Amino acid sequence: MADVKKIATRESYGNALAECGADFPNLVVLDADLAGATKTGVFKKAFPERHIDCGIAECNMTGIAAGLATCGKIPFISSFAMFAAGRNFEQVRNSIGYPHLNVKIGATHAGITVGEDGATHQCNEDVALMRTIPGMTVIVPSDDVEAKAAVRAAIEYNGPVYLRFGRAAVPVINDRPDYRFEIGKGVLLREGSDVTIVASGITVANALEAAELLAADGISAEVINIHTIKPLDEDIITASAGKTGRVVTVEEHSVIGGLGSAVCDCLSAKCPTKVLKIGMQDVFGESGSAGALVEKYGLDGKGIYASVKGFVK
Amino acid sequence: MNKLELQKTANEVRKGIVTAVHGAKAGHPGGSLSAADIFTYLYFEEMNIDPKNPKKADRDRFVLSKGHTAPGLYSALAHRGYFPVEDLATLRHLGSYLQGHPCMQETPGVDMSSGSLGQGISAAVGMALAAKMDNKDYRVYTLLGDGEIQEGQVWEASMFAGHRKLDNLVVIVDNNGLQIDGKIEDVCSPYPIDKKFEAFNFHVINIDGNDFDQIDAAFKEARATKGMPTAIICKTVKGKGVSYMENNAGWHGKAPNDEEYAVAMADLEKIGQELGGAN
Repeated sequence: MADVKKIATRESYGNALAECGADFPNLVVLDADLAGATKTGVFKKAFPERHIDCGIAECNMTGIAAGLATCGKIPFISSFAMFAAGRNFEQVRNSIGYPHLNVKIGATHAGITVGEDGATHQCNEDVALMRTIPGMTVIVPSDDVEAKAAVRAAIEYNGPVYLRFGRAAVPVINDRPDYRFEIGKGVLLREGSDVTIVASGITVANALEAAELLAADGISAEVINIHTIKPLDEDIITASAGKTGRVVTVEEHSVIGGLGSAVCDCLSAKCPTKVLKIGMQDVFGESGSAGALVEKYGLDGKGIYASVKGFVK
Repeated sequence: MNKLELQKTANEVRKGIVTAVHGAKAGHPGGSLSAADIFTYLYFEEMNIDPKNPKKADRDRFVLSKGHTAPGLYSALAHRGYFPVEDLATLRHLGSYLQGHPCMQETPGVDMSSGSLGQGISAAVGMALAAKMDNKDYRVYTLLGDGEIQEGQVWEASMFAGHRKLDNLVVIVDNNGLQIDGKIEDVCSPYPIDKKFEAFNFHVINIDGNDFDQIDAAFKEARATKGMPTAIICKTVKGKGVSYMENNAGWHGKAPNDEEYAVAMADLEKIGQELGGAN
């Protein structure tokens, strides 16, 4: 896939905010001294009066956003996932979730593809935390096209939304004329009959690569992109599981509480199916390049291929 | 309202607090009673609000950062006409719109859900910032406990408010001196409170928070202060007005039983008579 265009979804986030700025005059963007890294600096350049740098104080930023939302603003708070969801969990729960305020949480640098900074900054728990909050929508876009569409959809939706973006450049896989983004609606990317691979975020491209490798071995894999982990598109998952009888989930996140758990919650109640969860297996990450880490933890195309092959055997 | 009317109203607000907490068989009377004069001044004198239109766009806002003293806020709101005073007795009951801590979706007049200490002030700062961004002249008030300011988020919010020169923001600290585990200076002293807010670029006013002359002067001074937020540090008596609750940390989060309730109401009745009867 060497000739495929690659863009980090955090870039898409910043660009989408800047593109939406003119259409939504109430849109305001808050950051905590990371505007360069979260790419909200792009918005700041275009709309300096609507960009609020709160300094290194994420919890206060969250409360400020809540106050702004009560006054009719549409605030996006931006930080690394570790802080936006981790440090901030209780502020998000009590100051945004409980009053169901119209605040969007733009969390960048999620997962192990943070890379060299290592485990302290590699958040593999954010989806698990956020999906426990009643009324919270959780979106994990897979590429540039989806990330930009998700930002706009989040603005148009009235209520709290958690958006998860990555640091590393990832292939653009949704650049096609008929692409449509709808919150809560999964996307069937490849039809298959032997196994269903449900992926989210940057692992979607890798899941497609794995499906190609599996096809060469005569294994027909269906690939579903679940960009919205909450509310989950249960119909697309149960329909596919009913057809293939085997489900594999892939996420750049702990296998505890994230996409894999959400899919298991759904299937155990509606379509009991054997599930293999690929992701961070209850371990912390470590320093290394994003590519090397993805490979080490089995989230690249070859790693997914090997795991799925062992599972369907 | 003149001073006597404010005193009489505050006494009625205190009766409402005691009645609500007694009805709930749980809740926080001490810090509600200490701040009753502040609640009364805000809702009957200071704030531009309309009980018939609680969500009026350009109203002044209040955030009860020390959310556990919801009985004080609810009693002031009820007496101001947001909802029936009789409903105070439903506090904390299953199905009541008077939740244990303020809930903006349930209760008319509540501008922000709060109760997890240290968070309300940040929301108030956000509201004050929104007014500045929109060139509106509404003002924002937030009430904190003196124990609450042990939370680090309070100082994150204060740093931001001072930095942004939010002169439409008034931070009120109810310095009743007691928290659950005892005297604040014994548990983990926040003193000197005034110097801390000064260091965060606030205009600071120290007053007796149970004296309406001083309360009135302080809020007028805050309104006249430009280019920086104001902090009003209110020295108060925890449990004010109820003989056995005054300056007693044990009444931070405990409801009076029927006998104690009768004594409390008699205490407040007596204060009311000394003020010359009902308004």
